[in-house]
Amino acid sequence: MSSSSSSSSQMGELVADKHVRYILMSEKKKESFESVVMDHLRMNGAYWGLTTLDLLDKLPSVSVDEVVSWLLTCQHESGGFAGNTGHDPHVLYTLSAVQILALFDKLDILDVAKVSSYIAGLQNEDGSFSGDMWGEVDTRFSYIAICSLSILKCLDKINVEKAVDYIVSCKNLDGGFGCTPGAESHAGQIFCCVGALAITGSLHHVDKDLLGWWLCERQVKSGGLNGRPEKLPDVCYSWWVLSSLIMIDRVHWINKAKLVKFILDCQDLENGGISDRPDDAVDIFHTYFGVAGLSLLEYPGVKAIDPAYALPVDVINRILLTK
Amino acid sequence: MHGRPRKVYKPEEEAASAAKAVKFRSLQSQFLSNHHNKIYTKEAIDLSTKLLEINPEAYTAWNYRKLAVEDTLSRQESDPDLVKSVLDEELKVVESSLKQNVKSYGAWHHRKWVLSKGHSSVGNELRLLNEFQTLDSRNFHAWNYRRFVVELTNRSKHDELKYTEFMIGNNISNYSAWHNRSVLLSSLLERKADGFMPSQKIPEEYELVHNAIFTDEDVQSGWFYHLWLLDQTVNVETPLLISSWPPHGSRINLSRAGCLNDSSSSSKLTTFPLILYFDQAVGGVSSSTVAIDSELKGIEDLVWEPVSNKNSQVSCVWVARLKYMSSEPCFFPKEYKVKVRIGNSPGIVSSRGFNFSVPYEFVFTARVEDTVQEEPREVIVSWTDGFDIWDAQSEDLKNLVNLDQLNGQMDFKWRQEAIAEEIDLFRTLPDSNSKIGKLTIARLLMAKATMSENDVKGVHYEEILKLYNDLMALDSTHYHYYKDEHSVALLRKVTSSTESLSRHLFRYSDMNNSVCLRLNNSSLSRIASVEKLLFVQMLDLSHNELHSTEGLEAMQLLSCLNLSHNRIRSFSALDSLRHLKQLRVLDVSHNHIGEHSVDTTRYLCSSPLSNSEWSQDEVGRRMTPSLVTKYWDAYFVLRDLNLKQLDIAGNVVAGEEFSSFVPQVVPTLVWLNGHKLRS
Repeated sequence: MSSSSSSSSQMGELVADKHVRYILMSEKKKESFESVVMDHLRMNGAYWGLTTLDLLDKLPSVSVDEVVSWLLTCQHESGGFAGNTGHDPHVLYTLSAVQILALFDKLDILDVAKVSSYIAGLQNEDGSFSGDMWGEVDTRFSYIAICSLSILKCLDKINVEKAVDYIVSCKNLDGGFGCTPGAESHAGQIFCCVGALAITGSLHHVDKDLLGWWLCERQVKSGGLNGRPEKLPDVCYSWWVLSSLIMIDRVHWINKAKLVKFILDCQDLENGGISDRPDDAVDIFHTYFGVAGLSLLEYPGVKAIDPAYALPVDVINRILLTK
Repeated sequence: MHGRPRKVYKPEEEAASAAKAVKFRSLQSQFLSNHHNKIYTKEAIDLSTKLLEINPEAYTAWNYRKLAVEDTLSRQESDPDLVKSVLDEELKVVESSLKQNVKSYGAWHHRKWVLSKGHSSVGNELRLLNEFQTLDSRNFHAWNYRRFVVELTNRSKHDELKYTEFMIGNNISNYSAWHNRSVLLSSLLERKADGFMPSQKIPEEYELVHNAIFTDEDVQSGWFYHLWLLDQTVNVETPLLISSWPPHGSRINLSRAGCLNDSSSSSKLTTFPLILYFDQAVGGVSSSTVAIDSELKGIEDLVWEPVSNKNSQVSCVWVARLKYMSSEPCFFPKEYKVKVRIGNSPGIVSSRGFNFSVPYEFVFTARVEDTVQEEPREVIVSWTDGFDIWDAQSEDLKNLVNLDQLNGQMDFKWRQEAIAEEIDLFRTLPDSNSKIGKLTIARLLMAKATMSENDVKGVHYEEILKLYNDLMALDSTHYHYYKDEHSVALLRKVTSSTESLSRHLFRYSDMNNSVCLRLNNSSLSRIASVEKLLFVQMLDLSHNELHSTEGLEAMQLLSCLNLSHNRIRSFSALDSLRHLKQLRVLDVSHNHIGEHSVDTTRYLCSSPLSNSEWSQDEVGRRMTPSLVTKYWDAYFVLRDLNLKQLDIAGNVVAGEEFSSFVPQVVPTLVWLNGHKLRS
């Protein structure tokens, strides 16, 4: 059966150069209201943009020193990072900061003990993690803690067994995972839980066939993926759903060629950038998820990305597979 | 940006946006300055309100407000009216923020935080929630908050169950409501609450879900709920033993030269594997939960190990290596009866927490022959000849193959009836080409076959195979899902009777008449029914479409495996073979190893990527680190195999560098790609 190659001839192409320009420009173009309300999560934006550049092999066009010196202004006394200078620390931005430094091979400038203590200090009695000192609990934060600590080689600072038990307690009867016990399955949340289980070597807790079927049924007729049943497709789920399917070895259950086409159809061919759906406004978030999705689909010219750590495979292999 | 149309902005629009941005920026910098200087005056707090009105996602502003509340309360705690008014104000700000952006994590959390301060507005919360849930009935923040409030107020599960009915009634495709229903119901079923006995409640739920599926077949909510109900119908909670090696009533021959035993140990004490196969993952299998009666020596300190990922203490498959003395001089073969009793003392528990509660025992005879110890012959194993057909009627074969389900299930009748009814109903679906109709019938038939007598199983499998063939054509997007299910059904069919299985069974004359199963050229894309194949020593799976060996780990007697001409993409896909202590011959030639940048088994393989300690052995220390990083999957999998013969030709990875790397990782290797490595 060759359903996966039949439509490739009529497909558009990835306008990589335009996406690179879009990313580099958006960093300079900050006068619009849309970019100002994203000000508080600039650290995430930097991670999305820089990882995309690296996947397209254009990371050298960025000034490492400039990024790193700004990044350090976001670090607090506690060790945690804020989304931008002057804002409060949170694990959401701490992970992005760690990932950015990993991309640049600059983890050595970190006070690893301090950063890892900040993250480890947010583990609760039941194994869950809070996002910051204010106590919001969510399996997203479990993933973030586990992913950052693994990159920093400090997983021994937390109770991994309890962390895994908490994630497993968020498993649903459809095989998916929610943000807290009893919460509905959602592809983004599934990525977090499956990713955390992958990094801790605990994927045996996942019912791969049940979850795999739920995930592969996220593909709708247009080829795109949605994040929950009866919802519209969105480019960002190319990442959340695909990476989860890859980690549980069920990615062959979707039609890759159709998904490639959907992502390519969401490009702004003139000005660069990728949007959630065809003809919508582009943003850096969807540009990253589109390119990362193409990487998981083995699109030519895009570097391989690691489905669990959300960093290029060569970066993760360099950190974890060398002694 | 979600759902905002792409367009070119007119200059005046851009100017307006820029003006708004300037205003917001100055608001934000004033706010941050207040925050940093810990200014909690009314003006300062109002400024943060304004900021959140424009951008409810500004998380630092929510943090600031919490500090401000704590600051006020620390000074005014004694005045309950004032406390109430402070907290009321917070709830008001949250409410208007949620009206602006109902997906704001920060706003929802702030509300929870206010309630945790002991605010007594909880009665009000359900009213507000109903408002939000009417506007957006799928909002998961609102549903999560609802569960939080329900718990806080001890609202009954029955009332909430009614609410899900109400929401489903409004919109049959409200997956969130179906989900919440499954959560509530499974807790009531588990507690066996009044009116919630599975035999009564589950058939009622089938009625409800039919409405959804039959109204609109494309509504996925019904699909997943139906699958969950089917699971509840088929699976009994208590774990069951479904097969063992050796099987009950069998007679096995043990000798040093044979392939049944683990000949790697050089001591006089020889071992052979004892395998227990459960229908679900269990923990607690040990010498105290499994008793063994026999005159065979060395059974006292039996160690049971789960055949699974090493971080896991639960598994469907457990193995113990039974030792026996093979050096005692005896001129006649000696026979020992071995009786295995499972579950007489509690301790075997499923991963969901249910006890193995029906004790079971089986007996087999071990015949120990003292044979002259031979030097292990270093001959190459060929997959082309030396295979003798096996008579399906032979006692030898019947002795090995035991296809009966070991434990009868209890509480069977309502389950069978429910499945029969569902099959009848789904056959009446108006659209005979309905995808979900066909898929559901296939699944129901699979469930029915499991509960049926052996002689009718074959008929069901025939129909199932046809249904999956139809589905592959009907819904090509999910072709490979149906293909995998097709393979499962095919293997179920092959293993459903001794007769059908015997067509694939052979004796390999060059190796002590090893039992060989040949499933080559069978269009298999995945492995299944392994519990029926525990006796197999040689397995030919060549010329299939397999991309992983998952499942083979249970086949503890396996010594030769042919996977040539399949779709293996990396050595990590062979991780399960690490459990096969007797595996000596492996052919993975003509696969796709090294061809792909994405490795779908990268995290299903134990390595430093998945928090497995890098215990470096002698071998690893002598190797070039860059090669270990480059070929990490080969390194971490192959080094745990004691292979003598390996074929990797016809894979992209198998260049010169790799071919010289392999013998370093596998020092026991004698044959590589058909060439002898050492004399």
